[in-house]
Amino acid sequence: MSSATPAAKGLYSDVIRDRWRRPRHRGDLPGANAVAEDVNPLCGDRVRLMLAIAPEGRISEARFIGDSCAICTASADVVADLVSGRTRNEAAALEVGDVLAVLQAEIRPTRMRCATLPLSVLARALDGNAKP
Amino acid sequence: MRLDELTRADFPILQRIINGHPLVYFDSGASSQKPRAVLEAMNRYYERSHANVHRSIHTLGEEATELYEVARDAVQRFIGAPSREEVVFTRGTTDGLGLIAETIGRTLGKGDEIVVTELEHHSNLIPWQLVAKDRGAVLKAVPILADGTLDLAALDRLITRRTRVVAFAHVSNVLGTINPVTEIIGRARTVDAITVVDGAQAAPHLRLDMSALGCDFYVFSAHKMLGPTGVGVMYGRRAVLDRLEPGRGGSEMIKEVWIDHAQWNDLPWRFEPGTPPIAEAVGLTAAIEYLEKLGMDRVAEHERALTHQTQEGLARIPGVTVYGPPVGVDRGAVVSFTVEGLHPHDVAALLDAEGIAVRAGHHCAMPLMRRLGVVGTSRATFSVFNSPDEVSLLLTTVAGLRSAL
Repeated sequence: MSSATPAAKGLYSDVIRDRWRRPRHRGDLPGANAVAEDVNPLCGDRVRLMLAIAPEGRISEARFIGDSCAICTASADVVADLVSGRTRNEAAALEVGDVLAVLQAEIRPTRMRCATLPLSVLARALDGNAKP
Repeated sequence: MRLDELTRADFPILQRIINGHPLVYFDSGASSQKPRAVLEAMNRYYERSHANVHRSIHTLGEEATELYEVARDAVQRFIGAPSREEVVFTRGTTDGLGLIAETIGRTLGKGDEIVVTELEHHSNLIPWQLVAKDRGAVLKAVPILADGTLDLAALDRLITRRTRVVAFAHVSNVLGTINPVTEIIGRARTVDAITVVDGAQAAPHLRLDMSALGCDFYVFSAHKMLGPTGVGVMYGRRAVLDRLEPGRGGSEMIKEVWIDHAQWNDLPWRFEPGTPPIAEAVGLTAAIEYLEKLGMDRVAEHERALTHQTQEGLARIPGVTVYGPPVGVDRGAVVSFTVEGLHPHDVAALLDAEGIAVRAGHHCAMPLMRRLGVVGTSRATFSVFNSPDEVSLLLTTVAGLRSAL
């Protein structure tokens, strides 16, 4: 199997491959003031999302670390991408469809939780920071 | 003739084409596929003989009862149980372990100790956690050594005069380690602890003999040994069952009932409240007869060969780590591995794209994953219908995986 088969291609889009190999937002964020972490009970995957939110409520930077599969990692990277520069409310309004649109992959039901885990971590991070 | 050549045609599901490839099913450790004999036996039961058991005084009721009790005899024979009264039907391994934990749990007091191991499936850990919390008992775990075997020196330290239960897997569902059952039981006996063996990964692959093992309880599921889902077995040594109050109540498990008390039924029905999984028990009979016809020694030999081929082949692939006892040490039909730079779920998905079904994740053994320092593994498990060619295909596919993502 020197290159991916068609079936694998549907699951692992070029976007997923690229963001799995070279995530843009992976790493620690020492100045973060909104942090959350969650685990996918199905596979034990773990994602930690760190947000630096300016006093007026705009997310200046987002980074993630985690022990997760290609889909989950790519999704976390996309989520970090999408929330950067947005207000808390805009970030909170982010939906699964927004992430899937960027990933351009046919995520099967058994792997959907891999794609959505970073979003639920985002919701927690924003929640935890609700009271200034 | 090799066992797979003899049996493949009996498994209709092996005709499936998955993602353009013939199905290669290496996930029998999670749930095995079923031979036609099992499917037909269950169908025949529903079409000809179905009624409730033990209560209905009519022809179908008698036939159903007869078929259900024949299943008990088949299990007794298959596991070498001294008597049929020691064979209790459950809904599966998890149900059986839960039933034992609830039943024994009621007899435990504050400070009593329960010993499990670090390689347990959650099904043989969580019920004991619940019991320990409820009764103020202490839960201890025997660690594993670097080679994936139990640290028996630690076992000696962990078993004390307060130890009331020693519960452990016969075969690890992740590492394939075959635990020294009689040795562990011998040590538990010195303090009169009750021994509970999770046989989910052993019953499909090894010849069992309860008389020789000497455990108090032995639990397994039908669906991992070519039988249907929804039925399992709890073997309980008669001397222990006799002195235990039933853990769960309902119909069937009583002789006479008053508003404020009841008289329990005889063994084994005392531990079988409610309508049992009758058709599933019929399917289990067929599965046992199928395995007996092949011969469990031959089954074990076939799967041992596949396991060794997989272990050795995977170990030769750069970037692949194989877990569990090294080649040469006997193990169950389980090989867990990881591929450097790839998540186990991605490995499973990429293999699935080639029609190869393996399990990936923590295998319901999170403490063991933590001990191994991995988030999960990919796991190939084998059954009678798997062939050396299928293993070769797995090996070449895994060898190409690192460039696939």
